[in-house]
Amino acid sequence: MHAQVQPTEEEAKPGRVVRLYTPPATLSGRLWSWRYLILRRVTQLGILAMFFGTARYGWEVAGRPLLTGNLSASEFLGVIPMADPFAVLQQLLTMHVLDKEVLIGAAIVLGFYALIAGRTFCAWVCPVNLVTDAAGWLRAKLRVPDFCSLSRNIRYWLLVLALILSVLTGVAAFEWVSPISMLHREIVFGIGLGLTAIAGIFLLDLLVVKHGWCGHLCPLGAFYSLVGRIAQLRVRFDDSSCTRCAECVRVCPEPKVLDFKLAAENGLVASGECTNCARCIPICPENSLSFNFRPLIKQHNSTATQQARRPS
Amino acid sequence: MEKKRRDFLLKTAQGAALAACGGLIWTHLLRQEASAAALALRPPGALPENDFAAQCIKCGQCTNACPYDTLKMATAGSNMPVGTPYFEPRKVPCYMCPDIPCVPPCPTGALTKSLKDINKARMGLAVIDEENCLSWLGLRCEVCYRVCPVKGKAITVENHPRKISKHAMFVPLVHAEHCTGCGLCEQACPTQEAAIRIINPSLVQGKIGEHYRLGWTREDAITQDFAAGAAPAPAQPSSPDVAPKEAPGMDTLNKGIEY
Ligand code: SF4
Ligand code: SF4
Ligand code: SF4
Ligand code: SF4
Repeated sequence: MHAQVQPTEEEAKPGRVVRLYTPPATLSGRLWSWRYLILRRVTQLGILAMFFGTARYGWEVAGRPLLTGNLSASEFLGVIPMADPFAVLQQLLTMHVLDKEVLIGAAIVLGFYALIAGRTFCAWVCPVNLVTDAAGWLRAKLRVPDFCSLSRNIRYWLLVLALILSVLTGVAAFEWVSPISMLHREIVFGIGLGLTAIAGIFLLDLLVVKHGWCGHLCPLGAFYSLVGRIAQLRVRFDDSSCTRCAECVRVCPEPKVLDFKLAAENGLVASGECTNCARCIPICPENSLSFNFRPLIKQHNSTATQQARRPS
Repeated sequence: MEKKRRDFLLKTAQGAALAACGGLIWTHLLRQEASAAALALRPPGALPENDFAAQCIKCGQCTNACPYDTLKMATAGSNMPVGTPYFEPRKVPCYMCPDIPCVPPCPTGALTKSLKDINKARMGLAVIDEENCLSWLGLRCEVCYRVCPVKGKAITVENHPRKISKHAMFVPLVHAEHCTGCGLCEQACPTQEAAIRIINPSLVQGKIGEHYRLGWTREDAITQDFAAGAAPAPAQPSSPDVAPKEAPGMDTLNKGIEY
């Protein structure tokens, strides 16, 4: 299978039985193993529903509109502005002065992902994730092989291109063609041909390249990968219990981030490309992976090393 | 070593070529989108189209705020820059709310908050198709005049001699100086297809240019001769003080048309 990392001689840990993941037998066990998946879907659909309800039915809380606008720019309860920092960056590059409301909104969102949540947008908020996850699921069921290989760095090139073209054309270059915004807008404000772009992404992911859009092309994902490098929320990696079975790598949409050597060094998944989707956490047969914040991970790791040093 | 360097240079060149091709296609897409903008009627207070295109983040908060559901977001393939707000007056016109609720929610300034008086909004310009306007055909309609919120200013009714009949016609005339482009007239016009339409002024409005002097309307040197009871003015140059460098219309006339 694509990008599966088999434990090599040096990587495999001597004296440890490598167990593979077995799905829980009971329903409650299964539900528990899907806990992050369920949470992600609830978050994604909940955010969509809040936008939709406010636009279509005028949902209010205490007389204030719940969530007006869309993912490009919005306002929560009529007080907290939010805006897509990548879109705002492109707009600023067209050499226009924007109102401060959208600048504050972009700063709030940028701060949240950069300092706290990392690339969480991609797995927990973005509506396209629903589409690409569906394509990925079907792809696995049908065992579609890769048609061609693409570099995962294309997205960074597209990111740079989007910024350059914003300067040259005088409009926000990616925002103007973004299938993410199109899908989201058409769900909230009414259906149009934007859905054909989404069908394109679905087919790309299903038939051409695994994780083709989110993992290779999307400049917004690239943007949040760069932004999320130092964020606090991380997948903690416990080297002492890991058997290098690589089950996590198999399910990860960004398999490169689960580099065992780096993860063992840092005690966490350090790459900004990790979407915090938490697919890897429940699948690990040794419970070596979990969500945590950097300082707690650090604390945990230092006590773990101390314990390891202590003669038993 | 040599080979490595060559490979690196080749890879870079290939990458750059690919990026350039992609950039060209992408730019073409953007230009095509932008070229459709002239057909879209924007919400009150919208900046001039180029600035609006750059500043509107396509959030739809203006459309959410409109109590009449006037404003819509352009979907992909709708022949307008995708995701931008617009309205179709024949369906739902702008009712010119005195408090302009659509402008304050705009977070980017694409709709300028300096618009305080809705009568100053310029969303478009009403244009009458005189060949299909009932009034211009000699019937008494004048519906557009009566529904116009800037009544008596944006649209006036003037009488106009009718060819053979003794009766005069009463015809509506639009005055761009006062027309907000709200589209109430277009919505109300009783003809099968509206005989009065709101259009982006840039598509219909001319500009006479600097070199014309409307002598009878101006209190400048040339008009002195005509002022009632004025003493004959001293000889004045009867042409503009400074000859304009370029006068496209006149040049064609002077040169004549070459066949
Ligand atoms: S490392 Fe885990 S949380 Fe991060 S992208 Fe991969 S599967 Fe998702
Ligand atoms: S002025 Fe009123 S009717 Fe016109 S677009 Fe704004 S909110 Fe709608
Ligand atoms: S509120 Fe402003 S930025 Fe948002 S869609 Fe309307 S004009 Fe564009
Ligand atoms: S409403 Fe239409 S038909 Fe009647 S006068 Fe006005 S433009 Fe003419």
